[in-house]
Formats: sequence, structure tokens, C-alpha cells
Amino acid sequence: MKKSPILAVRGLRASVAEAGVEILKGVELEIGAGEIHAIMGPNGSGKSTLAKVIAGHPGYEADGGHVRLRGENLLDLEPDERAQAGVFMAFQYPVEIPGVSIANFLRSALQARLEDGEELDLFDFQDLLTGCMGLLGMDPSFAQRAVNDGLSGGEKKQSEILQMAVLKPALAVLDETDSGLDIDALKVVAAGVNALREENPEMSVLLITHYQRILDHVQPDAVHVMVNGRIVESGGPEVALELEAQGYEEYRRTHAA
Amino acid sequence: MPTNEVIHGLGLDDYKFGFVTDSEPVFRARPGLDADIVRQIAARKDEPEWMLKRRLRALAIYESKPMPKWGGDLSELEETLAQTYFYSKPHEQMERSWEDVPENIKLTFERLGIPEAERKILAGVGAQYDSEMVYHSLKEEWEAKGVIFDSIEDGLRNHPELFRRHFGTVIPAADNKFAALNSAVWSGGSFVYIPPGVHLETPLQAYFRVNQERLGQFERTLIIADEGSRAHYIEGCTAPVYSTDSFHSGVIEIVVNPRAYFRYTTIQNWSNNMYNLVTQRALVHEGAHMEWLDGNLGSKLTMKYPSCYLMGEGAHGEILSIAYAGDGQHQDTGGKVIHVAPRTTSSIVSKSISKGTGRASYRGLCKVYDGAERARSNVECDALLINETSRTDTFPYIEIDERSATVGHEATVSKVGDEQLFYLMSRGLDEAEAMALIVRGFIEPIAKELPLEYAVELNRLIELEMEGSVG
Repeated sequence: MKKSPILAVRGLRASVAEAGVEILKGVELEIGAGEIHAIMGPNGSGKSTLAKVIAGHPGYEADGGHVRLRGENLLDLEPDERAQAGVFMAFQYPVEIPGVSIANFLRSALQARLEDGEELDLFDFQDLLTGCMGLLGMDPSFAQRAVNDGLSGGEKKQSEILQMAVLKPALAVLDETDSGLDIDALKVVAAGVNALREENPEMSVLLITHYQRILDHVQPDAVHVMVNGRIVESGGPEVALELEAQGYEEYRRTHAA
Repeated sequence: MPTNEVIHGLGLDDYKFGFVTDSEPVFRARPGLDADIVRQIAARKDEPEWMLKRRLRALAIYESKPMPKWGGDLSELEETLAQTYFYSKPHEQMERSWEDVPENIKLTFERLGIPEAERKILAGVGAQYDSEMVYHSLKEEWEAKGVIFDSIEDGLRNHPELFRRHFGTVIPAADNKFAALNSAVWSGGSFVYIPPGVHLETPLQAYFRVNQERLGQFERTLIIADEGSRAHYIEGCTAPVYSTDSFHSGVIEIVVNPRAYFRYTTIQNWSNNMYNLVTQRALVHEGAHMEWLDGNLGSKLTMKYPSCYLMGEGAHGEILSIAYAGDGQHQDTGGKVIHVAPRTTSSIVSKSISKGTGRASYRGLCKVYDGAERARSNVECDALLINETSRTDTFPYIEIDERSATVGHEATVSKVGDEQLFYLMSRGLDEAEAMALIVRGFIEPIAKELPLEYAVELNRLIELEMEGSVG
């Protein structure tokens, strides 16, 4: 008997907000507590759009269906409310916020989760931050650097993982976190994800990727293939291996627009 | 002990409480300005003859100069000036009551987290102040070192020669129309003298002094940092100054003698009906170092360009400024550096934020005279626009008459981006919090130079402002 899922996506349709071009054409997806699901697909299949629609990116509009996190429809919520409900998206291109340190940013993010009038205890915060950085094997001075400003590609992704560690989401969406990383940086990021999962086995992960290689380091429970705005195949880790061998061509032919 | 840092700028313009109907000032001249009014001011202050002559000469200069056509819109100023009371002497005791203070001001104080007692002082309804003791011990320390930290009136009365030797030498009445006006009607302000070689660890804070005597809307400050001395002067505060006056025109003169170091920090937050036209300038002599740290918030129009005249070899001038232009406000600010001597160096860093229909203009001058060999200057001005309707302009004037000089200028304009907002919101910050964090990051290079309490208040103020910026 399957437990009720953490994330349930039903009949999700979404388009680019201004152009009105439909990208997601009825996505169905369920993720249970503590599961890691990978979504793979060719460029333009809509896999990154799915991540952004879950997180509430203003550039996309949901036209139908629902996205429920522990029963609550995320589509009714603002991006910050979704974050507070337990969603975290690691960005493919993390945004630079000059002059704001990672530590200050995280402190503000945790403060925002408290009721009005409640004040985050700075010592507790420091302990939490130090603990997370230790878990991820990061140098404590890293938290004093500006949010993504002046960070290398690999450091930006590490910063995303650190934020995830501190904010402890119920659902982590990794939007092509592996793109643009060399193999060493990829291993560091994958080790971070695994360490967090060990620490917090209930955290579910939706891992969006173009390539199979990150799945050598983060073991998925399920792999879905997305083509032309729909999930066209779901299975175990073997699906990724098949894809690696055959490429997306076969799927593209059968699921053309 | 509670720190009462928030009231640095206590009373910087609230000395004429015209809105209180049952509390008329003891003395108040009629509105408008003529030689008679100027004579009355001088007579009330019991000033020496030479000062009265100076005032009258300045009045003539003021009347002969046309209203400036550059900078902000001054077209309605004539009318404001005709209604202005150019001199009034306040009651010995403040008699305004807390009930008279408008709700929105009270609310701002509350949200800034300013303690009850201090709110009253800021609103001009109380004068009790529990760091009196701190002030007295500092005062003893200063006196022992020969430091003079007085009201400008006491400076003239008690140190006539020193005063006369420097008054009006940095900013003569003829410098500009509003310097002339101030020179004619000045009242209130500080007189500071730091003897040779004296280093002050604790900043001289105007609020220690103005607690006893309030500053006026035509404040005049004269500071002399003698050879090899070191000091920091702070005035102003980030909490809104509540005043019904609609015109403030100060003159700040600073002489930094050889090898002295002086920093002047001011943050002012005027009510949004205020014309704030201030001239502040430092003469920086050989090997001396002058820093202006200038924050301008509020007002209807602010025109203010702190200047460093680098007169002696190796003199250094620095101007760091933050301007925040909210709805309907125009901040026309920047800085001037004038290189007269060889190997002088300067730097201007200006950051402005425009929100709503606010407009922030950077206006700066870098002038290098022939013979100022190997002078170096660098100007960096960055503007941040919050809304589509916000506006910014940059007017950098660069005049170089010396071939060996090196001058750099960099300007950037950025908008708060949707991607930045989404990124921060995806971590749980609401839109206003996200906006405030971006703005705080933007001004961080300057905010970190501020005394801690100022930086904290500035951050809170930005948070409050940003709440109104989103739909």
C-alpha cells in the first residue's frame, strides 16, 4: 500500500506568461516522502518549466491542473508562500545579489518564516549554519561571501545546496543543477545532496537533468522521461541507462508535437 | 545603559513649531526677509558689529543673485521664502504635547523601534535625556584636551578671534545664493576646534549639544581641525525629522590643517515638503585627509554636494554618499573635488535609489588645476531604480588642466530585476523583504562605513520604505 504522496502533480498545463505559448501539456507526477525522482528530457521538453512552475516563477502561467504539496495546491500561493510551505528550488542559474552575504540572506529567509514579532536567535542561527557547512564540508568563510556575486559556477551550485541544507525543505527541486559543472564540481554537489538526504531522510527530491551522469552519484528511486510537455515514460534507474544508450531520438519521434 | 544614538540629529530643524497654535515662540519676526529682520537677528544674539556688517553684506549678495536654474525645480521656492519666518527664538521649555504629533510620524517612530522617551525628543515634545551623564564625562575629556565643541553662537562669543579668522573663509557669502542667504540669517549650528595633535576616539555627536540648544533651519557650522589632529563629527539621524518648516539651508565649513584627519558624517531624513539646500565644503591642507559621509533621505528637493578643496600637497578627499528618492522627491546630490596641489588624491562614491516617482540625480565636479601634478581622482556613481516610474540622471563635470593627472569615472544604473525578486522570494522572503534586501546590498559598501546604530536604523528604514513599493 503506497503512502499518500508529498507532491502530486495532476493534469498540469502551463504556458509562458507573455507569449502564451503552451509548454506543459498535462503533466502527471507523484513523489512520496523521502523519494528521489529524476526527470530527464531533451532541450525544450519542458522539464525546467515544470521546476519553475512548481516554485512559482512569474514568467509562467499555470493554465490547468494542480500541484499539491502535502495536499495544499501550490498554484494558489505566491513564491514565498510556497517556500514556506516546504518547496525549495535549486536554480540552474542562481541570481546574483551584490552586497548581501550568504549568511545574511539565510538569516533573512529564516526570519521570514517566523511569526510577526518573533526574532530569530542569532546564536541558534550561527549553530545551524556552522552545522550545515560542516555537513557539506564547506569552509565557514564561504557564508560571508556575497550571494552568487563573484562566485564560480561550481560555488554557485554549492551555495544552492547550502541554502537547501539550512532551509530544510520537504521537497527539493534541483533544476539542472548539474549543468555546466565539471566532474569534480558535480561530485561535490552530489555528495552534498546525499549528505542532506542522510541527515533528513524524509526530504523528497525532484532532480531535473539533461544527462545521466549525475544519476551515477545520486541514486534515484524513479526516472521519468519528459518530451514535449508530457511525461512519456516512467520507471526505475534502468530508464536512465537506456536513455544514455539510445538518446532521446526515439522518444522525440513518437511524441512529436 | 540604553544608548540613545537615534537622536543624533535631534531637533535639526524643529525649532520653530509653527503648527502649535497655543505655543507661540517667544520671539518671532514677520515672514519674509529684509535688512530690518537681519538687524533684529543680530541684535537678539547680541553680536559684534563686524558680524552684523557681514550679515547685511550677505543679504545684499543674496538679493542680487538670481535663483539657480540648474539642479532641481526651484520655481515655487520664491513663494515659500516669502512665507518663511527667518528668525524665531524658541521657548526655553518645549511645550508641545505628544498628542499634537501626527499619527503617521508616531507610527514611523514605533516601527523604527525607537524607545518611547526618545520618540518624544525626536518629535520635539520632551527634553529629558538620560545620557546626560555620558555627555558630561565626554565634555570633561574634551575640555582637558583643549577641544572646543560649542554652539556656533557660543563660539562667536567665547572665541572671537579664532572664529573671525575662519568664519566665511571656506564658503564666502558670495559662493552661491543660498550660502549668501545663510550668511545673512544663520542661527544655530556647531563650532568645533580640535587642537594640534589631539586624537579623539569618541565621535563628536551633534545631539549631545543640540540637546541643550536646538539647531535652526539656517544652521551654520564651523569646524577647525588643527595640525595632526584626528576626529569624527556626526550629526543627523535616520528617523524622520518632524517639522512644519519647508526650507532648510545650512552651511558647513571645515578647515583641515596639515596632516589632520577629519570625518563628517551626516544622515538626514526630512519631511517631504522640505527644500533642503546645503553648502558644505572642506579646505584640506598638506597631507591632510577629509571624508564626507553623507546620507540624504526625504525632502521635496535636496541639492547638496559636499566638497573637498585639496589645497596642499598630498591632501586627500573622500566623499561617500547615499541618496534615497521616494515618491515625488528629487535628490540632486553628489560631490565636488578640486585638486589645487600636486599629488592630491580623491574619491567619490555615490549610490542612489529611486522609488516610485522619485528622482535621484548625481551631480559631481572633478577639477584639476594646472600644476596639481600627478593628482588622482576616481568617481563611481551607481543608481538603483525600484519601479518603472523611477528616474535617475548623472551629471559628471570633469575639468582637467593638468596633463599628469589621472581621473576615472564610472557610472552604473541597475533595476531591481524580476529574477532577483523571484530568487529571494523562492527562499521565503516576501516581495517587500526581497526588495529591501536588494537595496541593502546595494548600499552596503557605504552603509558599512556608518556607525553601527545608523546602519541598523538605515536598514530598518529601507524595510519600511520598501513595504510601500510593491503592489
